[in-house]
Amino acid sequence: MHQKENVNYLNVEYGIKSWLFTKDHKRIGVMYLIAVTLFFIVGALAALGVRLELLTPEGDLMSSDAYNRFFTMHGVIMIFLFLIPSIPAVLGNFVLPIMIGARDLAFPRINLLSWYIFIFSGIIGIIGILKGGIDTGWTFYTPYSSIYSHTPVVLVAFAAFLVGFSSILTGLNFIATVHTMRAPGLSWFRLPLFVWAMYATSLVIMLGTPVVAITLVLLILDRAVGLGIFNPTLGGDPVLFQHLFWFYSHPAVYIMILPAMGVVSEVVSAFSRKKVFGYKFIVYSSMAIAVIGFLVWGHHMYTSGQSALSGIVFSILTVLVGVPTAVKILNWTVTLYRGSVSFEAPMLYALGFMGLFIIGGLTGLFLAALGTDVHLHDTYFVVAHFHYTMVGGAIMGFLAGLHYWWPKITGRMYPEFLGKFGAIVVFVGFHLTFLPQFVAGYLGMPRRYHYYVPEFQFYNILSTAGATILGAGMILVIGYLVWSARYGEKAVSNPWRAVGLEWETASPPHPHNFEEVPRVEWDAYDYEYKYKKEGVSFA
Amino acid sequence: MEHITPTRVYVLVLIALLFLTGVTVLAAKIDFGSHVINNIVAIAIAVTKATLVVLFFMHVYYSSPMVRFYAIAGAVWVFIFFVIGFTDYVFRGVIGIPGI
Amino acid sequence: MHREGIYGLHEQFEDLAQQKESSLIGMWAFVAQEVLFFGGAFFTYAVYRFMYPEAFSYGSSLLDVRFGAFNTVVLLLSSFTVAMAVRAAQLNDKKQLVGFLLATLFFASTFMGIKYIEYSSKYEHHLIPGINFDGSHLDFDNPEKVELFMSIYFALTGLHGLHVLVGILILLWLIPVSIKGRFTSSYYFPVEIFGLYWHFVDIVWIFLFPLLYLIGVS
Repeated sequence: MHQKENVNYLNVEYGIKSWLFTKDHKRIGVMYLIAVTLFFIVGALAALGVRLELLTPEGDLMSSDAYNRFFTMHGVIMIFLFLIPSIPAVLGNFVLPIMIGARDLAFPRINLLSWYIFIFSGIIGIIGILKGGIDTGWTFYTPYSSIYSHTPVVLVAFAAFLVGFSSILTGLNFIATVHTMRAPGLSWFRLPLFVWAMYATSLVIMLGTPVVAITLVLLILDRAVGLGIFNPTLGGDPVLFQHLFWFYSHPAVYIMILPAMGVVSEVVSAFSRKKVFGYKFIVYSSMAIAVIGFLVWGHHMYTSGQSALSGIVFSILTVLVGVPTAVKILNWTVTLYRGSVSFEAPMLYALGFMGLFIIGGLTGLFLAALGTDVHLHDTYFVVAHFHYTMVGGAIMGFLAGLHYWWPKITGRMYPEFLGKFGAIVVFVGFHLTFLPQFVAGYLGMPRRYHYYVPEFQFYNILSTAGATILGAGMILVIGYLVWSARYGEKAVSNPWRAVGLEWETASPPHPHNFEEVPRVEWDAYDYEYKYKKEGVSFA
Repeated sequence: MEHITPTRVYVLVLIALLFLTGVTVLAAKIDFGSHVINNIVAIAIAVTKATLVVLFFMHVYYSSPMVRFYAIAGAVWVFIFFVIGFTDYVFRGVIGIPGI
Repeated sequence: MHREGIYGLHEQFEDLAQQKESSLIGMWAFVAQEVLFFGGAFFTYAVYRFMYPEAFSYGSSLLDVRFGAFNTVVLLLSSFTVAMAVRAAQLNDKKQLVGFLLATLFFASTFMGIKYIEYSSKYEHHLIPGINFDGSHLDFDNPEKVELFMSIYFALTGLHGLHVLVGILILLWLIPVSIKGRFTSSYYFPVEIFGLYWHFVDIVWIFLFPLLYLIGVS
């Protein structure tokens, strides 16, 4: 057809101002994507420093002081500025309103405000780095952080506090939107599982983030004003800080992983051309993870002096989280069974997620068990475990979703061959980086030291080599995605022939998502309905 | 249509709140024999006052189940935090091994 | 389109009812997170009071119950006036709406004024940790534990006071808009949402008052 190009959210207005003052959730999602990518690069550079230093047993590249700053900044940036906002603020912002047939989120101005708060806190964090970075670890444990550290803790803690506000505003927006703006006919149990996952995530954000906010406020008051709430010389209890901190920061793990699980549900169904097996079970498991995730924070504190009873309670509750997680993995696997499965890049990432998350989850059970944890606490085993869940889970999920919705976001296809190749490179590089760390950690290599006994060098060389491959893979992915946003093949409205409202609208979508409000007459992932309507038989 | 509360209800709630404020001050002066009882009385009164505010001033009494869910979610979560958190403080040191 | 020309309706919504519903849910979710924010602070309070009950009783006796009780009454009255303001808006009564909002502003400012007097007296008695705390004149064996109490007192009341200040700022925006007559019985949810916020601030104080001021009385 040679008619003039349709109006979409990208070409409706031009110029930097039209972006910076936009209230369109799609544009804000894209702005988040650019921002988190930049922070990801900064965080990755810090990781590069860590891995280079650990290539040799001696501390030859940097002083232990500098090393402390490197791993702290890696943690702070990756967690607060990349992982937590990645899927909710980028993909959630972009597709959630479209998936439920809404014109926008409930509060577009608050949405834009949350982006500005995010950028502002990112800038404060970067200033913190330029002033030398902090050396407390991303956990800000007191009294080291509140009294002894000679680094700009207040600045970075304030940045983390602010970024919490940004995610609270996003969560609030999602909750109000899902409750009140679903299209006619779209009942709760017809919602795509990604929407459910975002809803569960938003609940965790709303009920967890404020606790870390108050914790950081008290820390800042301690340090800047000298109040002394966590000061042991006044009788303050350092373990109290850890309770407060982990009450949020453990659920924060689920803020990172639940959205990734939502993405995997979408992708696995789309590339199996089949209804997700046990839809309601996945819904309930998301909610169960959100709730149980709040009851387990003390498993970070088995060795820090909490009571023995606490340890037992937290250990039992922690093992419980394994149940809803296993339910999800089972349901995805059964969804594959007898599906007409194809292996495009999003699917490779989703399958990668399932494999990596099984390893991450099962090693989590080692750490949940009280006795084993005493042996493994603060070793590289823990580092490997949470990278399997965070990188192997959250980043794999993010990349799966990004590739899956890339045609919708940009209106262009990413190059499929490079996509598959990149997914395999990332997968291989990831394993090579973190599998050896399980062994080194189990043998007793502690985390957060810049030198180590020579017998661990073998594992560290493997790890650094893997990190290099992983880094190359990420550069490749970022490179072809950026390229394809401009030069990629034009995408049709539904390139994957998937079911879902986001595929009913144009790629890229109209500024108001839909020309008219859609009516939903099918259940989520109802491929039979769709293909029957199109007159295609899919055997 | 939304509910419009009669002025009489608001006035009665206000009187109850002021009355309970008086009660809580007086109750603090009475020695019930244990700080724990004083504490329970004070918190029970505060919870009653807060409930009055939530139900009538904040209209939860007349609201949809969805609003009620969020109205109690925060309180329930704080309660969970207290119960599980205090498994640490109450039982610290009971088995007599230093540090746990 | 029938949607255009309705005052206060944002374009993403179908009608004012949907918009109101969204704002209500959003505000309640916000209140829930505020509960957790103060919940963390109250947890801190509870832990230390559990660990050092005597120091907390003693520290509490350094506070003036009269100020605390007076401020409680002031905040309760302001909660009442806000509730009445919402009612006035529902009934399209502009005069009453403005009047009750002004009354709320008056009570809120009174609260802050009392707080200022209290804080200055603490300053004079060298009771502000980190600034001029000096436990040597206290009749208590472990003055540093009293300092811990004062730290928590200032953290809790300070954060609460900050919320009152934010409320005052919102009132300073709401009052002129009400005077212009923008709020009607079909579009008044800014008033209602502010009301929810203000009642929450009141509830925090309902708990702070006995927990901080009244544990050293008997």
